[in-house]
Amino acid sequence: MTEQQENLIPVFIMGKQYMVPAGLTIMKAMEYAGYKLVRGAGCRGGFCGACATVYRIQGDPKLYFGLACQTVVQPNMYLAQLPFFPARRATYNTTQLEPTPTTLFGLYPELLRCLGCGTCTKACPQQIDVRAYMAAGMRGDIARMADLSFDCIMCGLCAARCPAEEAQYNIAILARRLYGRYLAPRSKHLEDRLEEIRNGKFDAEIQALKNMSVDELKARYRARDIEPGD
Amino acid sequence: MSGYPPEMQESIRLVEATRPRRLKETFPTMTLEEREAILKAYHPDYKDETFRAIRVGVSKGQRMPLELADIVEGRPHIGPDFDLSDPIAETDVLVIGGGGAGVSAALLAQENGAKVILVTKLRLGDANTMMAQGGIQAADRPNDSPAIHYLDVIGGGHFTNIPELVEALVTDAPFVIQWLEELGMMFDKEPDGTMVEAHGGGTSRRRMHSARDYTGAEIMRVLRDEARNREPDITVIEFSPAIELVLDDKRQIAGAVVMNLETGAKGYIKAKAVILATGGGGRLHYQGFPTTNHYGATADGVVLAYRVGAPLGYLESMQYHPTGAAFPEQILGLLVTEKVRGLGAQVVNKYGDQFVYPLEPRDVESAAFIRECARGNGVVTPTGQPGVWLDSPMIDIIHGPGTIQRALPAMVRQFARFGIDITKEPMLVYPTLHYQNGGVRLKADGSTEIPGLYIAGEVSAGVHGHNRLMGNSLLEILVFGRRSGRSAALWAHQARPGTPTLAHLEKWNRELEEMGVDTEVVSPILLPDYTRHQ
Ligand SMILES: Cc1cc2nc3c(=O)[nH]c(=O)nc-3n(C[C@H](O)[C@H](O)[C@H](O)COP(=O)(O)OP(=O)(O)OC[C@H]3O[C@@H](n4cnc5c(N)ncnc54)[C@H](O)[C@@H]3O)c2cc1C
Ligand code: SF4
Ligand code: SF4
Ligand code: FES
Repeated sequence: MTEQQENLIPVFIMGKQYMVPAGLTIMKAMEYAGYKLVRGAGCRGGFCGACATVYRIQGDPKLYFGLACQTVVQPNMYLAQLPFFPARRATYNTTQLEPTPTTLFGLYPELLRCLGCGTCTKACPQQIDVRAYMAAGMRGDIARMADLSFDCIMCGLCAARCPAEEAQYNIAILARRLYGRYLAPRSKHLEDRLEEIRNGKFDAEIQALKNMSVDELKARYRARDIEPGD
Repeated sequence: MSGYPPEMQESIRLVEATRPRRLKETFPTMTLEEREAILKAYHPDYKDETFRAIRVGVSKGQRMPLELADIVEGRPHIGPDFDLSDPIAETDVLVIGGGGAGVSAALLAQENGAKVILVTKLRLGDANTMMAQGGIQAADRPNDSPAIHYLDVIGGGHFTNIPELVEALVTDAPFVIQWLEELGMMFDKEPDGTMVEAHGGGTSRRRMHSARDYTGAEIMRVLRDEARNREPDITVIEFSPAIELVLDDKRQIAGAVVMNLETGAKGYIKAKAVILATGGGGRLHYQGFPTTNHYGATADGVVLAYRVGAPLGYLESMQYHPTGAAFPEQILGLLVTEKVRGLGAQVVNKYGDQFVYPLEPRDVESAAFIRECARGNGVVTPTGQPGVWLDSPMIDIIHGPGTIQRALPAMVRQFARFGIDITKEPMLVYPTLHYQNGGVRLKADGSTEIPGLYIAGEVSAGVHGHNRLMGNSLLEILVFGRRSGRSAALWAHQARPGTPTLAHLEKWNRELEEMGVDTEVVSPILLPDYTRHQ
């Protein structure tokens, strides 16, 4: 194909110019340019945070942030990947923690040094209000921090931009795990079921199913009653 | 402004016009006979010319997709003379693969007293597990039971599943949910603690547990965080895929050779037990289909286990997820979670009419989409990709405004990036390569035919028979990850290792030659090649 037919546009990958088809994601554009990715590509679907990318458009002083697998290239984009960020991570044993503000501050004393500047929020490719979840953390509100940070894919862009050297996403997962383990209401029906299984309530029925011929199973399967939607 | 071109918007008008009427309609489900007929006529698994039998190894004669057969019959990265005398590391249990199966196996092996090394191809958690949105099944509501779950699983699998494996799956399920909660996973719950549970394709009870539409991500990041807390008992080595398994002179497992993806350096990791948890193979793009899978899904585990003599099974059936994104082009093949249908979105053709019950088992649903498009009732995008509409705005009408945003934030975000508001406009979908039903044959304790080799997750075969239901895979990886972790640790405690050798490669190379397999393919292939070749 000729360049006209393909509608090629210039992009700068780590400073070097390549012509790539308009409409590609940054990730596919890099591959089009000849990069066989090892770092900087994981799920290719916006879930893993492997492809954090920083870019600028020629003539525009602003820095932009995005996921290479989810962001479409623009003409004269200068881009660099940030496939790894050396953020600090505390080590802990969740079974021995208490779901209290002291736990958060003890494991991550730097949490209290957040300046509230909001640079992290601007960098987040998930449009999470990172500053807000950090503020919740500073108030010791674990449930709120867990809720607000839930969509975090741990890409590291917030930490890379933070003047206070926070590891926001590592603090956030601690908050979520504390919430999930200690603060979320327990499910009675789950506990009842575990008890029933331990007491062997379903053993005979399952044994019978295991020994059934395919024809018998088919008949049973056809006769299932289906619970209505909601 | 809509992200859809005008021609597609015209069809959307029709979808909107039929919506009020459809809100009161339920399309009838197919009988087992109708299901069978549509599968034979339209499912990709029935395209004979895209399959062939493999010519070497213990499962010689088994049919599988051409692309997979080529790599299963590939040449090893190393020769039989590769030096095993100076291992780069030594451990009780070596886990290969850093997805949900591998990490849960590592945790359980460690809890059972083993020293663990986990090697993975990319970063820890760069895996299909991270991408799962919809949910995880477990029969824990009063109107449900493991026996009912059993029947759903085996019916969904066309009655070809291994009964002992299904039994393990359904009876461990509620325990897995509890384990995840204790690790700190945040499930969707009512204020009183009752789990929010939805239907999935082929379920007769609502038993799909979720964590918004980041269910797999939530599981994966919690497991990963836990594994990191257990260093150095669990040592993780990233960007170091296994390229060959190693046996000893007694034909027991003795570790694996791994390769540093960045430097190319190869080294032997000696281990008393190995757990293979390498996931699936969507990136082989069978029949040219796009895929939902992560970048490293290249069926490596099937190749590795087969070369040391572990039998394969069920590889003649692949799962195509009915709702892959068909528009826009940038996200072609990406998964639109089944939860969208679970919440009430119907599937309609270009005229806005329903043509299939939205929650048939996946293979049947996919075949129905392919048939509808073959009949000319699909919508065709500007790039020529056909598709049918998934009428997402119905969800807010049924459950109240804000439901889509609350229950499907990942989906809303994906499409919003391309100017499509799925709370107001439907999504165009077409089947995409999603899941490897088959793989290496598994036993209920996680073991294989090779002493000391354990297996868990999508790389394994038998749990789901010829078709997996949504939500049973996240369940499977944890059920069998935990089982194999425990079994491998127990094995390691009493193992009597012999002398490591690569004798199996001499045999393999000889067999290739005898069968006249003259191949250039070096496998496992580790990563697909998407670079443009000029
Ligand atoms: C988009 C998507 C949505 C899904 N949604 C659902 C859902 O809602 N419910 C459900 O139950 N299931 C779902 N599934 C299926 C389910 O997520 C997977 O089947 C399951 O997570 C597989 O887990 P695993 O640990 O076996 O493999 P993976 O999670 O894929 O992990 C395998 C790991 O092994 C690594 N690896 C591969 N080769 C090598 C090698 N040679 N050496 C070392 N490491 C290697 C990989 O890089 C990866 O880290 C979904 C799948 C996808 C792709
Ligand atoms: S960038 Fe750092 S200092 Fe600024 S608000 Fe975010 S966490 Fe706080
Ligand atoms: S909160 Fe930070 S780590 Fe999480 S997605 Fe946003 S930028 Fe990435
Ligand atoms: S590759 Fe996983 S988020 Fe982009």
